[in-house]
Amino acid sequence: MNIKHRIYNNTMYVMLIGELDEYSAGYARTNLDQIFSERNFNQVIIDLSELEFMDSTGIGVLIGRYKKLKTNKVPIYICNPSNHVEKIFQMTGLYEIMPKIS
Amino acid sequence: MNYNNELFLKFKSLSENEGFARACVASFCLPLNPSIEVITDIKTAVSEAVTNCVVHAYPNKVGDVEILVRLNNNQIYISIKDYGVGISDVLKAKEPFYTSKPDSERSGMGFTVMESFMDSVVVNSEVNKGTEVVLVKNLEDNKLAVGG
Repeated sequence: MNIKHRIYNNTMYVMLIGELDEYSAGYARTNLDQIFSERNFNQVIIDLSELEFMDSTGIGVLIGRYKKLKTNKVPIYICNPSNHVEKIFQMTGLYEIMPKIS
Repeated sequence: MNYNNELFLKFKSLSENEGFARACVASFCLPLNPSIEVITDIKTAVSEAVTNCVVHAYPNKVGDVEILVRLNNNQIYISIKDYGVGISDVLKAKEPFYTSKPDSERSGMGFTVMESFMDSVVVNSEVNKGTEVVLVKNLEDNKLAVGG
């Protein structure tokens, strides 16, 4: 798993690349928390176009980040999920807390 | 024609083996000519079951995980077995959003994902003996990529 990020117009753009499962979850948590500690942004957009695989462990990781950002009232949006990731998001109701944008 | 094939995998309950296990099972199913969607469904369900072994079956140690895959015409049968702590209440464990580790950022959706991605999920578990998860996927048509 690899994570890229940049801030533009007070928006934090994050790109998750590779596979998000139990093996990469620890790295993703630590890395995202470090990125989000910068605080000079007011919303987060997570681009999943290069996320090749995710299981429910990934859902746990995303919900954890949502809870942390929520204390600062920073919303998370999701874009470009694969059909597979889309299915997991729909099934778990994740879009209710992290809406999908195009 | 009849197609029968069998795979047995045994590995340690280390999270770095998850990617290997799901890719291996998915590749083994390729002679049945499944769609990419079916392959991804299988990968995801296997990943969920193996995660359960890594996280729950052997909480403070590393143990063995065994996967048996049987391909029989258009049916894919996958058994994922551990010799860990077992599940005292399988019905509870299968409930959406239920997790025995609420403080560890776990979604509690593992069995729900398996159930929606596979045609059948059966869990046999005995406390302190281990757990076996049996996943079955039936392919709609029987267009074998092997033999002819």
